[in-house]
Amino acid sequence: MSEFMDIITASNLTYGQKLIHLAQAAENCEHPIPTTPEFDWFFERDAICDMHEGNAPYRPRYICCDMERFARQGSDFLRLDAPDNLDDLLMNLQILYQNVPSVTGRPVYVGQLDRVFDPFLDGLSDEEILPRFKRFLNYIDRTVASGYCHANLGPEDTRAGRLLLQADAEVQNAVPNFTLKYEEGITPDDFARLALKTSMACANPAYANHRMHKHTYAAPVDGPADGYTVVSCYNVLPVRGGAYCLDRVKLSQLADLATSPEHLLNELLPNATGALLEYMDARIKFLVEDSNFFQTSFLVREGLIDRERFVGMFGMIGMHECIEKLLGPNHVYGTDPEANDLADQIMTKMTDQVQAWSAPYSEIADGHYLMHAQAGFGDQTSSTPGVRIRVGSEPEVFFDHIRHCARMHRFFKAGVSDIFPVEPTAANNVDALLDVVKGAFAIDDTYLSFYPSDSDLVRITGFLVKRSEMEKFARGEAVLADTSHDGEGNWRANNLANRKVRLG
Amino acid sequence: MSGRLSLHPRRTLRRQAFMRQLASPRLECPCSKNWVFNMSIADSLTAPVNKIIPFSLVDGPGSRTSVFLQGCNIACAYCHNPETQNLCIGCGTCVEQCPAGALTLSDGVVAWDKSACVQCDTCIHVCPHKASPKIEQLTPHEVFDIVHSYQPFIRGITVSGGECTLHPEWMRELFALCREVGLGTLIDSNGCVPLWEHEDLLEVADGVMLDVKAWNPAVFARLTGGDAETVKRNLAFLAERDKIEELRIVVVPGWNDPEQTIAGIARVLGDKVATTKLKLIRFRRFGVVGTLADAASPTDERMAELEKLARDTGFSQVELR
Repeated sequence: MSEFMDIITASNLTYGQKLIHLAQAAENCEHPIPTTPEFDWFFERDAICDMHEGNAPYRPRYICCDMERFARQGSDFLRLDAPDNLDDLLMNLQILYQNVPSVTGRPVYVGQLDRVFDPFLDGLSDEEILPRFKRFLNYIDRTVASGYCHANLGPEDTRAGRLLLQADAEVQNAVPNFTLKYEEGITPDDFARLALKTSMACANPAYANHRMHKHTYAAPVDGPADGYTVVSCYNVLPVRGGAYCLDRVKLSQLADLATSPEHLLNELLPNATGALLEYMDARIKFLVEDSNFFQTSFLVREGLIDRERFVGMFGMIGMHECIEKLLGPNHVYGTDPEANDLADQIMTKMTDQVQAWSAPYSEIADGHYLMHAQAGFGDQTSSTPGVRIRVGSEPEVFFDHIRHCARMHRFFKAGVSDIFPVEPTAANNVDALLDVVKGAFAIDDTYLSFYPSDSDLVRITGFLVKRSEMEKFARGEAVLADTSHDGEGNWRANNLANRKVRLG
Repeated sequence: MSGRLSLHPRRTLRRQAFMRQLASPRLECPCSKNWVFNMSIADSLTAPVNKIIPFSLVDGPGSRTSVFLQGCNIACAYCHNPETQNLCIGCGTCVEQCPAGALTLSDGVVAWDKSACVQCDTCIHVCPHKASPKIEQLTPHEVFDIVHSYQPFIRGITVSGGECTLHPEWMRELFALCREVGLGTLIDSNGCVPLWEHEDLLEVADGVMLDVKAWNPAVFARLTGGDAETVKRNLAFLAERDKIEELRIVVVPGWNDPEQTIAGIARVLGDKVATTKLKLIRFRRFGVVGTLADAASPTDERMAELEKLARDTGFSQVELR
């Protein structure tokens, strides 16, 4: 059967999922983006990867609409008046979400919801707001149905933020993923404790180091002061903008081609990085100049996104395996100083090269692509996410693990993250979790997340899925959220059930 | 709980470096202004350290490092860590049975080769004296170096046991070092050492997590082999000094008198009962050896009754564990 017929006749995909797969297959029949022989050579050896974004990009990978602006102005194109009250606002947002594309075909960003909602809560009691928030969150979970979809909160304590946390703990959904922007001194301990209690109840939110991220991008005119938002598997992107694309060097595979660490550092890495940079240029030029997305989208016309606020993300994956292949089994990445120093050297070299490259249409990032520690997807094996330590090799002491994370985080402006399952009893001492967050962020760790080790909701690369849904899909049944597909394969392939449980 | 922490492998090297520094004219240390003073005492003073848990969720507020000292002055029937009760007497029973060959006996002393140890705990299980050969004699400075390395992830340390207040001078030194770098200092105690004789220790301690294991002296003696009167005096003394971090009663069916204990504590605390944290802990047989090895835990109903009683007595911060 053809690829198309495989999709059409599949028994484990919903109608909506078939539609998305068919659209991807159709897009991939075209090949408008030229590639260089160097790119093809590395691509064929799986050492660089286009993330299966599709051969002919007709929308940016991730779009981060300025939802606060939308809440103020409504939409001409969608014929929505500016909302007068919370109910209008909720309906307007639900309509907008249906019209925001991304690489998944659905929105990866539903807004900095506390700031969006807070001006609309006056005159309503908590008892009136909570059921509305729960319905709204269920709407996103059941319609967007993709774990890459993300909402943001904080760093300030708001009534809306508190009620959203309460609602999220009650609905126990995988979508949207939540990030709390946290900064000591701005985020009150009391609000942080509520967030951590919520994380122990439903694996949400995760925690972004606001102090480190808030100056990454200039704030949009008349827009949110911090200028950034977190989407998908922890991509730190300009709000009212987004990411054109995400492509990656697979260090784990690149190392297979290396005869020595020097060979990798001095020849393979610069060549692969250069080939990928050229490819990203071509990809972005096609999207900006030929696809007509930015020329025609009402999101641009109505100021919800600006083309000038998009960046290209230069990704990498598989540092752990790369070091293992280069130095052998006696130098375990994460705990061996020589292994860690080599990783640092690789990252420094790659980052310098990316920073020196003049990228087209990258005004918001000073004319450059930004580094992202790509966390994988699907059932890929032999590539541990980004610069994470492979499951099973984690340092014995949790704090040593975090110190290593913080050391590697400094290379990634467009996002890097770690995931820690924790003892369920930590729910009884969220102050201890708060101490860990404060300590980690004080040493410049930029992002971390927790989930209780016995939770049905678990984090895969960063996105959340329900174990119960993965099990259903593994039995051959169709499930609503297609991130359960990626999750199921990844969970098995990367041994995620055996992540070292922390705080025990 | 996390596995046992390997104590700092560079300890010996540090000691050598320290000795070299002592001989040099410039005595500076980033961690203590009183370095010369502290180290001169610390160098001669050691305590038997059973283990250090880098991160504990249950030994006081927030994220803390727990330091467990070996040796206890009482012997509770429900002791969950009986191997911490006594110091090794060098009988050698464990040496023969160690599957990893990590233990050797010479001159009546059992030596433990940490690098060869597989942490199977056979030595602990076969020990006829409720001791452990896996103990390190460490100075306050050595322990401080370890706990200091966990900053900024911890807000403080809790020293436990065994009975840690059997080493009051050692603890005072450790706590003084911790306070200099902003680490909190808590004592976990059975209350059977007269703490009123160690005011200097309390001066550098944030507070004491005090066990009140029973109230009636005969019940207390049967359960612990100790003297309830010392605990009561400590209770009054610590309350007067505002040094009670929390009080704990382990409820053991048929073995103690939690109703009388709650009432007795309340009488001693007076007005402070409302602001004192009380933890009511279910007896669990995990780790227990001897008479109570197979004893049952109290029921949820029993614990709920006691919680209600405590609240009715005036405690506003009551936690069931």
